[in-house]
Order: sequence, then C-alpha cells, then structure tokens
Amino acid sequence: MSVLSSSVAAVTMEITAPKIEYGTLMPFILVFLVACLGVLVEALAPRTLRFGLQMLLTFGGIVVALLITVLNWLTGARGEVAVGAVTADVPTYFFWVVLLVFSGLSFLIFADRKLENGALAFTPQGAATPGSAAEQEAITARVEHTEVFPLAMFALSGMMLFPASNDLLTMFVALEILSLPLYLLCGLGRRRRLLSQESSLKYFLLGALSSAFFLYGVALVYGYAGSFQLSDIAVALNTSDQKDGLLLAGMALIGVGLLFKFGAVPFHSWTPDVYAGAPTGVTAFMAACTKIAAVGALLRVFYVAFGGMRWDWQPLLLIVTVATMFVGAVLGITQTDVKRMLAYSSIAHAGFILTAVTAASQLGTGKPAGSLSSISAVGFYLVAYGAATLGAFGIVTMVRDRGGEATLLSSWAGLGRRSPLTATVFSLFLLSFAGIPLTSGFIGKWSVFAAAWAARDYWLVVVAVVLSLVAAFFYLRVIIVMFFSEPELEATGAQPGTVVRPGWTTLTAVGVGVVATVALGVFPGPVLALAQQAGEFLR
Amino acid sequence: MSPLLLALAVPLQVVPLEVPTPVAATGVFSVAWLSIAAPAVVAAFLMLSGRVADRWGHLLATLAPIVSFGVAAAMFVALLGRPVEQRSVALPLWSWIPTGGWDISVGLQVDQLSITFALLITGVGSLIHVYSIGYMAHDERRRRFFAYLNLFVAAMLLLVLSDNYLVLFVGWEGVGLASYLLIGFWQHKPTAATAAKKAFVVNRVGDIGMSIAVMLMLATFGSSAFTAVNAGSPQMNGTTATVMGLLLLLGACGKSAQVPLQSWLLDAMEGPTPVSALIHAATMVTAGVYLVVRSHAVFAQSEVASLVVVVVGTVTLLFGAWIGCAKDDIKKVLAGSTMSQIGYMMLAAGIGPAGYAFAIFHLVTHGFFKANMFLGAGSVMHAMDDDVDMRHYGALARALPVTFVTFAAGYLAIIGFPFFAGFYSKDHIIEAAWEHSTVAGACAIIGAGVTAFYMTRLMLMTFAGQKRWREHVHPHESPLVMTIPLVVLGIGSVLGGLVLNNAIGSWLNPAVDGESEGAPALIHVTVIGVVTMVVVLAGVAVSFAFFGPRRSIPDTAPASRSPFTVAGRNDLYGDAFNEAVFMRPGQSLTTTLAYVDAHGVDGAVRGLAALFAGVSAGLRRWQSGFVRSYALTMLAGAAVVGAVLILGRLG
Repeated sequence: MSVLSSSVAAVTMEITAPKIEYGTLMPFILVFLVACLGVLVEALAPRTLRFGLQMLLTFGGIVVALLITVLNWLTGARGEVAVGAVTADVPTYFFWVVLLVFSGLSFLIFADRKLENGALAFTPQGAATPGSAAEQEAITARVEHTEVFPLAMFALSGMMLFPASNDLLTMFVALEILSLPLYLLCGLGRRRRLLSQESSLKYFLLGALSSAFFLYGVALVYGYAGSFQLSDIAVALNTSDQKDGLLLAGMALIGVGLLFKFGAVPFHSWTPDVYAGAPTGVTAFMAACTKIAAVGALLRVFYVAFGGMRWDWQPLLLIVTVATMFVGAVLGITQTDVKRMLAYSSIAHAGFILTAVTAASQLGTGKPAGSLSSISAVGFYLVAYGAATLGAFGIVTMVRDRGGEATLLSSWAGLGRRSPLTATVFSLFLLSFAGIPLTSGFIGKWSVFAAAWAARDYWLVVVAVVLSLVAAFFYLRVIIVMFFSEPELEATGAQPGTVVRPGWTTLTAVGVGVVATVALGVFPGPVLALAQQAGEFLR
Repeated sequence: MSPLLLALAVPLQVVPLEVPTPVAATGVFSVAWLSIAAPAVVAAFLMLSGRVADRWGHLLATLAPIVSFGVAAAMFVALLGRPVEQRSVALPLWSWIPTGGWDISVGLQVDQLSITFALLITGVGSLIHVYSIGYMAHDERRRRFFAYLNLFVAAMLLLVLSDNYLVLFVGWEGVGLASYLLIGFWQHKPTAATAAKKAFVVNRVGDIGMSIAVMLMLATFGSSAFTAVNAGSPQMNGTTATVMGLLLLLGACGKSAQVPLQSWLLDAMEGPTPVSALIHAATMVTAGVYLVVRSHAVFAQSEVASLVVVVVGTVTLLFGAWIGCAKDDIKKVLAGSTMSQIGYMMLAAGIGPAGYAFAIFHLVTHGFFKANMFLGAGSVMHAMDDDVDMRHYGALARALPVTFVTFAAGYLAIIGFPFFAGFYSKDHIIEAAWEHSTVAGACAIIGAGVTAFYMTRLMLMTFAGQKRWREHVHPHESPLVMTIPLVVLGIGSVLGGLVLNNAIGSWLNPAVDGESEGAPALIHVTVIGVVTMVVVLAGVAVSFAFFGPRRSIPDTAPASRSPFTVAGRNDLYGDAFNEAVFMRPGQSLTTTLAYVDAHGVDGAVRGLAALFAGVSAGLRRWQSGFVRSYALTMLAGAAVVGAVLILGRLG
C-alpha cells in the first residue's frame, strides 16, 4: 500500500501544472463562465426572474469582457498563452472586441419582447411538436426559453477561441463550441417552426460533414508536420520529410471546413436555407459574428501555418473568391424573400472579404509600405459589414404582418410611404452593402480592394468591382420596391408589411448600426487605425 | 526613380533661379490663419444669426477685414525686417487628404507675392466695407450682403495665402460662389439673376481647366504644393508644361474675364456697386494674374503657353478698350476698362520674368484707382437715383465735389498722366511689351490711347457739359462714410505709383523668379514713353473734340452704322460667341448623349440585367432545399479544391 502510494506520488510529482495566463484569457473565460452560470440560473432560478438574471449576466459579462480585452490590448499582453494553445496578439484582441460588440448588439435583438407581445422571438417550448396542443399550452402560459442566452454565450465563447487558437486541435474544439449552440438556436424560431427546425437540421448535418472534413485535414497535417501547433507546421513546411501529398490534402480539407463556416462557394448551400429559417436575431448573430470568427481562423491558419506555401493555396482561394462573389451577387438578383436576399448578400460579402484574404498582402509577402495589410482590410470590412448586417436584420424583425415577420419582398412594397423612417434606415444599410460612398461599406470595399491591388491582383480587383456592381443592382432594387412601387398583393398572396415599434433593445442595435454605418463612411480614420494596429499575426 | 536620380538623368540646361524654400512660421506668422478665419467666422455667424444681428451685423462684418488687414500688415512689417531669403514663410495647418501616394496638407504660405495681395484685399476690402455701410444703409437684406462680402474676403485670402494649388482651388471656388451670390444679390431683378447665373456658368468653363491642371500636377509631381511644383517643373517635359500652362490659363481667363471667357464681367455689373468695386475690379478678377504669376515655374518651361498668355492679354486689352468706348452705362464702361487693364497685367505676366513684377505693380495700382472710380460711380448713381446712363448725367462736378476730385485722380491714374499711379505701372508694361514683341507693344500703346479716349469721354459726359438730369433728380454729395473711402483710395491713385515704383520690383522678384532690375528712376524719358504720352494726349483730344463741354450729347445713343460702334455696343458679340461655341455644341452634345443613353447604354444595361437575371434563375435550381444535394455540392467542391491544388503543383 505504502509502496503503491509512494510510486503514485513519484509519478504525480513529475507532472507540472500547465501554466495558464488567466489575465490574458480572462475575456474568453468570463464569457464561458457566464454561459455556465446562465445554465445554473435556468436550473435554479424561478421562472419570473430568469429573463432579468440572464440579461444581467449576458450583458454584464460582455461589457466586463470587453473592458478586459481593451485593457489587455493597451497593456500589451502578447504571446502564446495556455501552453501554446492560444495566441494573444493584436489581431486576436481586435477580433475579440469586434465579436463582443457585435454579439452584444445581436443579443439586444434576441432580448426584444415587445414585437411578440411580451415574449421572446423564440419558441416557448422547443420540444413540443409544432402545432400541437402542448405548444399552444406553452404559448398561452407565456413560457419562454431564456436558455437562448447561455446558448448564445457558449457560441460566443467558441467564436472568441476560434480565431485565437494557436493549434489545430484547439481550433477544432472551438469550432464545435461555436457550432453546436448555433444549431440549437436555429431551431428555436417562434413562428414558422417547421422551417426553423428544418434549417437547424440542415445546418447540423452539413456542419457535421464540414467538421469531419476539418478534423480529417487536421489529422493529415499532423501526419505531415508531427504537430498541431501552427508555428510548428510553418517550420515543418521546410523541414518535414513526409510526402507533400499529405500536406496538400490536409490543407485542402482544413480549408473546406473553414470555408464552410465562412459561407464561401461551393460550401455555401446551407446559408440561404439556414438564414431564412432561423429566428432573425440568430441569423443576425450568425451573419455578423460567425463570419468574423471564421475569417479570423481562416486568416490565421493560412497565413501563419501555411504562409510558406501560399503559391499553392492562392490559386485555390482565387477560384473560391470569384465563385463566391459571383454566386452571391447573381443569385441575390432573383430572390423574393428579404432574408434570403440578405443571405446571398452575406455570401457576396464573404467573396469581397476573400479578395483581401487571397491577396495575402502582408509584411512578409512584399506588402508595399504604407498600404493596408490584408488582415487590417478584412478587419475594417468586418466592422463595416457587421454593423450594417445587424442593423438590416434588426429592421427585418420590425416589418411584420399577421403571421410574424413579413419577409416577402412584395410585402415590403410601398414601405417607404407607410414608414418612411424605417425604409430610409434600411436603405442606408443597403447602400452601405452596395458600397456607396459616405457609407462604411464604401470604405470597407475600398480597403479590401486596395489590399488586393497592393498585392498586384489587378484583375481580381476588376472582377470584384464589376461583381459589386451586379450586387448593387439587387440592393437598389429593394430600395425601389420600398419607395417607388405599389404593393401588388393579389399576385403574390403577400400581406402588406407594417412596421411594429420594437423594444428599446432592437432600436439600440439598429441605432448603433446607423451611427456606425454613417460614421465609418464619413470618418473612418480611427477604426482604420485600430485595424492597422491589428495588421500582422504574431508568429 | 528618385527625384535625385531624375535630376541627374536630365542634363541641367536651364538653371532656374532658386526660389527660396519657405521657412517655418514663427511669431506673428503663426496666426496667419486668423486673417482668413476672422471674416469666415463672421460670415457664418451673420448667415446663421437671423434677425438678431440685423441692426449691428454690418459693423461686425466691417471689423472682420480690418482685423485681417491688421494681421496682414503685421506680417508685412515682420517680412520687411527679415533678410530676403527668409521672406517666404510656411505655416502648415493640417493634413487634408492623406492617402497612400499623396499627402495633401492644408497650409499657408506667406511670401512677398501673397502678402502684397493680402494687403490689397484687406485694405481695399476694408474701405469698401466702410463704404457699403453708407451705400447699403437702406437695403433690408443688408446683413446678408455683408455676410457675403465677408465670405468673399475669407475665400480670396485663402486663395492667395494657401501653399498649394488644391487649397487655392478651394478659395478659387469660394470667391466664385461669393461673386455669384453678390452679382445676383438683387435677385428680384431678372437681369441680376441671369447675370449671376451667366458668371457662374462661364466660370465653370475656366474652372474645368483649373481643376484638370491641378490633377495634372498631382499626376506629374505627386503633389500640388507650390514648392513641389516649383521644384519639379524644370524636369517636366515640354508637352506637359504646355498643356498645364494652357489649362491654368483657361482657369485664369474665366476668373479674370479674359478673351474668350470675358462676357460675364459686363453683366456682372448688375451687382451692387461696392461689389463691382471689390470683386469685379480690385481683387477677384485679378486672381487670374495671380495664378499665372504664381505658376511662373510652369510657364517658364513652355514658350507656347507664355506666348498664348501674351496673345490673350493683348487681345483682351484691345477688346476691353473697344467695349469701353461704346457703352453709355457708366459701370459698363468701367467694366470694359477693367478687362482692358487686366489684359495689360496678363500681357506683362506672359512676358515672363521681365514682366511679373510689373504685372503685380499694375495690379496693385489698378486695385486702388479702379476701386476708387467704381466707388465714385456708386456715389454718382447714389446721387442720380441709381441711374447708370451717362447720357442722363452732365455737370456733376459742382454737385458732387468730393466724388469729382477723387474720380479725377483715378482718371488721371488710369490714363497714365505723369506721376499718377498708372503712369508708372502701365508705362513699364508697355515698355516691357515693346521689348518683348513689337506687335504686343504697339497694341499696348494703341490701347493706352483708346483708354484715354473713353475715360475722358466718361469724365466729360458725367461731370462736365450741360445738365441732362431726369426730373425729380436732385444730386447731393454722399455721406462721409462713403466719401472717406473715396478720399483714401484717391490718395492711393495719386501716390501709389510714386511710392511703389522703386520698391516693388526688388520686393517681388525673389518670390516670382523675376529679373526686372527694379524700375527706372521716377522721371525717365524714353522713346516709348514719349510715344505713349503723345498717343494718350491724342486720345484725350479726340474725346474733347466729340464730347467736349460745348458739344451737345444726345439723350439716347444715336443710331450708328459704323461696324465698330455696333460691335462695341454688342460687347463685341461675346454672347453670340458663347452661344455658338459653348451653348449650341453643349446642347447638341447633351441631346446626342441623351440619345445614346436612351438607346445604346440603356439597351446594354437592360440586356446585361436580363442576362444576369437569366443566369441567376438558372443557378437557383441548384438551391433545391435537399440536404443531400447540398452535401454532394460540398463534396464536389472539395474535389475541385483538391484538383486545383494538384494541378497547381503539376503546372
């Protein structure tokens, strides 16, 4: 007995506890903790208190996490942390700040209880069969799933970890943390529940498929490099004695997994169906924040780990970029549903962002002095695009008919006359999407195209400009429908959408979107400067 | 290639005189911006304040240019105390357009040239503000009038004080706006509204030239700063220099009412008379001369552009004089004479280094005597119930003694009577022109004779002869607030030449790369000078013969078949020219464009839209809603990704 215990002691003494930099990781840990606390609240707190407690936890947690992130950014805490699992560099902080802000704004849309007569826009009882007596009972009892807040916080924690991960396994874990809650959230729509559940299932199935791609790729790259660490992989590109096929296949599969989350063609098919089916708040959250996390991870993997073989992946990303812009812009033209149109718009924007990603205009790759780096350009674009996207989906929650949100484009006809202010604000977001000067979208487009131009991808920029022209067509079409056309309701069977005054939370989200869209269009300097700080990854 | 290498690669055939690099601003120069800010802030205040400021706003507005004048005078004194090579002072204000390759910053440059202008603008401007207190006393929109005047002063100072062409262009457009607003100030009169619109449109033609010139500079030198343009010009190729020079000249023609963009100035007399004096005689219309002189480095590189400047100046000086002979409207005679005198300045500026200082010299003296005469004309109109027809005047010398005496000073100055301001400044130009080219010199002498003729005619018809007043007109001298500026400007008209004659050449030359060795002594007799004087006397004599005190002046202009008279009365067909050259082609261009747009462009756009819609509809079928097909798409995508990677390796 004593021998045994002493040998155990001997073994345990050799294990050194991993050093975790809690201070640097605190924003992420805090978000995760808040999510866990949220689960406890659901389990223990009385039903009436839950909403208030969740709001307090969620927004308190986000604000504190934001403060700590900014503090860390300012105090210069940099480097690999948590035994090399996470990199805390300026891009990480930039992505965290943007993620926290935009998540906060989308959770404000989640928290609106005025549009559904005092209840959240989520189903009262997710487990009840749509249309069943049990569901009716829950509706009349005014039951709410306040679990959406901890779920969303879990997703947020995954999103924060995703672009910060320094090894492929952490990245995979982050991918799953961010995805699983989103699958659930997609299925919790209060109205059109079958559509919502269908979107959830589709997202889950395809997401699982893409995760499998990603994980397989990770395994192959590990086989090649002998490590999950991004920096080790970068070194192994030169030193490994394994066959290149292993690396190429691994890189391709990892790319597929990341591009799926990012919604790039040809891995985009889920986007329109899921965006249209999911509750609009969740769609806003996905459109803004998932994109940020995914492009952050994409940049980190391809620039840090595979930066040495960009001659291999640049042609590949080039094709994906052009296809993404093309499909997004062209398919947007024929959409008749506002949410689906915005889904295609998000695909097109993914393409525009990819122009800068493909160009890889970084210090190490011959970026001209004084120009924006690809990461900075993408960073600014994400801010501009995220603000307008959140605002636009916020407006979508407000335009309603008897069946809930009136998402058919034909029911938006004449909205400019019925509610000029709402239509004007929505037009502002559309103009920003289209990249009209004096909106943030213009500066965003300018910055990504400038990054691509600086990398001498001239024809890519030309194609991108032409396709942004095509995309502008369908944005402007919506403006024309809103302001200059009479509702033709008989033909489409749509009811005229009217604007319902939402709670202050949604109004805040939309208001921030308006202010950011205009301010970044007129006076982009400060945010551009921040993005410029985040111009290079720590290797 | 770096600028250094460029400089080495081009053999330095032409060694330009060094234009001193500006030194950093200290002391009084660090508040140079105040001279622009004061009138700008007051203008904004008066426009926003509403009725509150109706009673005292004009006084505040009069104070603003006086403050600017104080700043300018202090800077001038400080410059005088400095050695020559430190007389160019740069005051960077802020970075305006920082982009990758360009960094256009807003800054001021105080040097000999700009301070001369600043003093003229604020000095004459202040006097005209004072005069306007009396002239506009009974106008119910007085506050607005003064706000526009201040806006003009601010924009004009920005124009002359900025240190680069793009900011200069902002001031350029600012004075254009102020000019538009003030010409059309009495907007209830359709003629005034039309005249304002005409001035604006004609100036657009010139401004296109100006803006393209600035773009060309940015493309050629990577900067629009004066220092960069001056430094880069010697390395510029000849064609670029010619194009740039001609474009700048086009801008100058628009602003300075030079042929072929002269037509707006005569109509601009629809504005209140102080406006005509300040903007359309003393300052704004001379901005073109400033531009040409400021761009001396560009014109130095192009013989052709310089020659065109000389031609434009010569033609305009004859044109203006011709028009001046044919008009009965006192302000239009003065407007014609303004065109003509600016023609002299242009001519001098076109001559090159030998003429720059003379151009500015004449510009300054002209600023005095022409403002003086315009204000005098305003005083006469004031007395004659706003009648402008000289045929209704006569014998006003006794009724308006102060106006008469000061006007006479201006008259003697403009015809070049010995020892008056114009005698020095104009004769220098004529001599320089004669040395440069016999044709230009001869034209300038003829112009001097014609000037003497029509100005004498104006004096005789207004102040001498019989009373031809309308009924109920009882002329009376204007109040002190109007006559004091007249007296001050009258003194300037008498003494301006004497005082500046020896100083201005050596003062200006370092800034404008000039080489005229000052001016000759105060009394000097040359053949050209004597010839000019004889021609001038002939002009005066002819005028006396036709319009002398004994002659009766018909109440309406007698019909004339003389083609010269008819052409002159019709502004030498400037409007017909505009209609034929700008309006008709412009109209046919727009109709053609509209046609092409409707049939060609729209067709292409609709076709493209239909094409994209078709593609879109086709692609939509892929979005079937079945997860299995989506998964298959992904798999196919992954296969494509792999294939591309492998192909990339193989290729």
